[in-house]
Amino acid sequence: MSTRIFGSGIRRREDPRLITGSATYTADIRLPGMAHAAMLRSSHAHARITRIDTSAAAAAPGVVAVYTGTDTEGALQPMPCAWLLPDAGLKIAPYPCIAKDVVRYTGDIVAVVVAERLHQAHDAVELIEVDYEPLPAVTDPEQAAGADAPQLHAKDLNGDAIEGNQAFHWTVAGGDVDAAFAAAEADGVVIKERILQQRLIPNAMETRGAVAQYNRASGELTLWNTTQNPHIVRFLCSVVTGVPEDKLRVIAPEVGGGFGSKIAAYPADFVTVFCSKMLGRPIRWTETRSENYQATTHGRDHVQDVELAATKDGKITGLRCTVRAGMGAYLSTAAPGIPTILHGLMLSGCYDIPALKEDVYGVYTNGVPVEAYRGAGRPEATFMLERLIDMLAHKLDLDPADVRRRNFIPKFDNGHEVVTTLNYDSGDYPGALAKLLEHTGYQALREKQKAGPANGRYLGLGLSSYVEICGLGPSQVAGAIGFQGGLWESAIVRVHPTGKVHVFIGASPHGQGEETTFAQIVASEIGVDAGDVKIVHGDTDATPMGWGTYGSRTTAVGGAALAVAVRKIRDKAKVLAAHLLEASVEDMEYEDGRFFVKGSPDKAKTIQDVALMANVAWDLPEGMEAGLEASTFYDPPNFVFPYGAHLAVVEVDAATGHVELTGYTALDDCGPQINPVIVEGQVHGGVVQGIGQALWEGAAYDESGQLVTGSLLDYALPRADGLPPIDVISTVTPSPHHPLGVKGIGEAGTIASTAAVYNAVMDALRPLGVTRVDMPFTPERVWRAIQEAKGS
Amino acid sequence: MKVPVSITVNGRRHEHEVEPRLLLVHFIRVLAEQTGTKIGCDTSQCGACTVLIDGVAAKSCTTLAVQADGAEVTTIEGLADGEQLHPLQESFWNKHGLQCGFCTPGMILAAHELLRTNASPSEAEIRHGLEGNLCRCTGYQNIVRAVQDAAGAAADRK
Repeated sequence: MSTRIFGSGIRRREDPRLITGSATYTADIRLPGMAHAAMLRSSHAHARITRIDTSAAAAAPGVVAVYTGTDTEGALQPMPCAWLLPDAGLKIAPYPCIAKDVVRYTGDIVAVVVAERLHQAHDAVELIEVDYEPLPAVTDPEQAAGADAPQLHAKDLNGDAIEGNQAFHWTVAGGDVDAAFAAAEADGVVIKERILQQRLIPNAMETRGAVAQYNRASGELTLWNTTQNPHIVRFLCSVVTGVPEDKLRVIAPEVGGGFGSKIAAYPADFVTVFCSKMLGRPIRWTETRSENYQATTHGRDHVQDVELAATKDGKITGLRCTVRAGMGAYLSTAAPGIPTILHGLMLSGCYDIPALKEDVYGVYTNGVPVEAYRGAGRPEATFMLERLIDMLAHKLDLDPADVRRRNFIPKFDNGHEVVTTLNYDSGDYPGALAKLLEHTGYQALREKQKAGPANGRYLGLGLSSYVEICGLGPSQVAGAIGFQGGLWESAIVRVHPTGKVHVFIGASPHGQGEETTFAQIVASEIGVDAGDVKIVHGDTDATPMGWGTYGSRTTAVGGAALAVAVRKIRDKAKVLAAHLLEASVEDMEYEDGRFFVKGSPDKAKTIQDVALMANVAWDLPEGMEAGLEASTFYDPPNFVFPYGAHLAVVEVDAATGHVELTGYTALDDCGPQINPVIVEGQVHGGVVQGIGQALWEGAAYDESGQLVTGSLLDYALPRADGLPPIDVISTVTPSPHHPLGVKGIGEAGTIASTAAVYNAVMDALRPLGVTRVDMPFTPERVWRAIQEAKGS
Repeated sequence: MKVPVSITVNGRRHEHEVEPRLLLVHFIRVLAEQTGTKIGCDTSQCGACTVLIDGVAAKSCTTLAVQADGAEVTTIEGLADGEQLHPLQESFWNKHGLQCGFCTPGMILAAHELLRTNASPSEAEIRHGLEGNLCRCTGYQNIVRAVQDAAGAAADRK
């Protein structure tokens, strides 16, 4: 086996079960005696419950039990928030698993029905009578922060008053931002903009669900759950349901995508556990898609007021912004950290910006709780900066690429501290943009644009240079920023007598392909065949603790843990091989799975030879333990900072407002690529999700707080037929502190592409006098903007 | 009132008394115990439930079990010939046409229908032909490549 397996685009080991329909997702699990749960969710966005009558439902065919908040009160603790943002006046509102007195969004659970058959549970839910006294609702974060807004919560968990629906007020500042703006007002340029980062629905193709199996005899609970982080779910499930961690096993079976929406712990999962405990039977609950829209976390929802100060020659001197971030009705598990830590600390992007200040107000609204959604805070930061830079370029009549070049941090390969105090690891932002421009023939496209519209179609070019913070992260930092957990990862590597390998990891991939890339890491380090390495994940009883798959951290942190563990295997194998060859360890060499004495490569012990002897232990060096196994807990010394530059090309039909994305090129640098085919796939998917935000997607509530985009009929996901081929290129800048040099690639596409497409459309509309359109660019919105510009 | 139906799923006949409202997808997943067919939505948008009914693709969430009475249904589990994968399965694997895999059974069967009616589709025809199936992971690009590969078309054809 050649070490070239690292960097090879081999086929995925996950795929055979997925292409034959033999994979088991949560909704496919069927246990003896299993009953089915269905949730009754609130029909009002904000209301007082005055009466619940469950008698007709309880008497319906097949119904086993009906429970309301009265039953779960005391048995289920309030849902915990696990990111306790410090120095931000955080007010965590009580978040009951089942609402008893007041409902605060249309996903609040009011009752649960358990029945023998699924359709019987759904039928019986319809028979529950609830009297509501409607209260005024508010779903827009800016309105919710206003003086006359309906108030969602009187008090937080500590009994302190919550005023103005404010969940927190967080600030980041560096440099003298007021001086920068004063100077720019006097003798420079100030750009102001309001940016609406609309609410998005993540839409993992598998909806959420749970199967709970409580064993009354042993007191043990097994919970199968559609989650990105089973170990965190075990911890939180223990807190909420009272089942001790040693009696609680959480299994993430096949998980059909997450994109952030399967990070949080959810009330419905713990209500399912409650039902299983009450009835002593396995209970399965599976969300419908409409229910997913109603109750599974959404993303984004920022109202941003931003200002940029610059000199007349386009050098940025300051950035100042106020963000109102809609948090929804309650604070979801990681929610407070998303629009703050993962957003505000990245505000200076890949530019040398000497001063900035941001105020983020987290605001309760009568909407679905907002959580991480692919990119999680970083797309909202990248968009802000990339939009302002294009506006600055237009104001100064400079090319947007030129303004970027004037402001980039110069190339660095071992640390660069930015104004928000983050220490970026390595990057060459000017180099990335230069390669992108050359590859795409940017200048030629600009020349073509100068020729003017053809047949009423206006050409637009949009750039987006980004850097993201990934590989979360050093646990000491996690503690300092209020994250209620560590952020290390773990791996156990076990080499069997035949040289086959089991790897047990705490991370929990769910579509990203780490069963393959992690096997490649093992293969490249000890020379076994990648096909001989089995990666075990997603079962808290089978794997060591780990903090989960999100924030592009699985390869960046879990992959590092694995690399360190497998190198321990190699070190031990080398000692044993030296013993077997009657040589000193210092004289040993290793190459492609073979250990030999320097100069005598023919007389070698293979990793398989060594594995057999280590396991039978007939002849080991003095003091060596039997077995060939190693474990590691890897806590990264810093985050990793992937980066890149993207170009979107659009044509806008001025007569109809239709936007056609005609070309898209992504240049990403995630360090050395373990499997470039998988990297490319991550970029494709991420880019298209970001394109979706720019062109099609957006969740909408009406004035009463009803979700108008309540199903896939009303919410426009990207489809195969509206997209050009995505051209994917790369540069390779290793992270100086990572054992393999790798960074992360899961979110890069989404972080860059929304801004690139937005800038391209606005670039196309510029000759028509249009200066601002809110996303998404539906034909109607674009057409109206063109008409308004004509009229003014 | 229950209605007797007889539906052959992947070569095995299943006879059950069912409520007329029972959807074919539930018949397949619960009564025929073939869970490879997925349910991704409740409005017939996502196509994860796509199966072949007498060789023709249909969304089994929008088909009543009684409508399939007497029919031969092929799901993803029935596509391979023993251990020999169907060419579309091979192509999806070779071209990295899937990530989380949840849309994949329906996507492969929709592609099967596309190639049944157009053996050599252009990229635009593939994209149009698959617009009734949603994927959130791949951005569709490698799905298109996989279908091109299966159709024997040049992988970089535009």
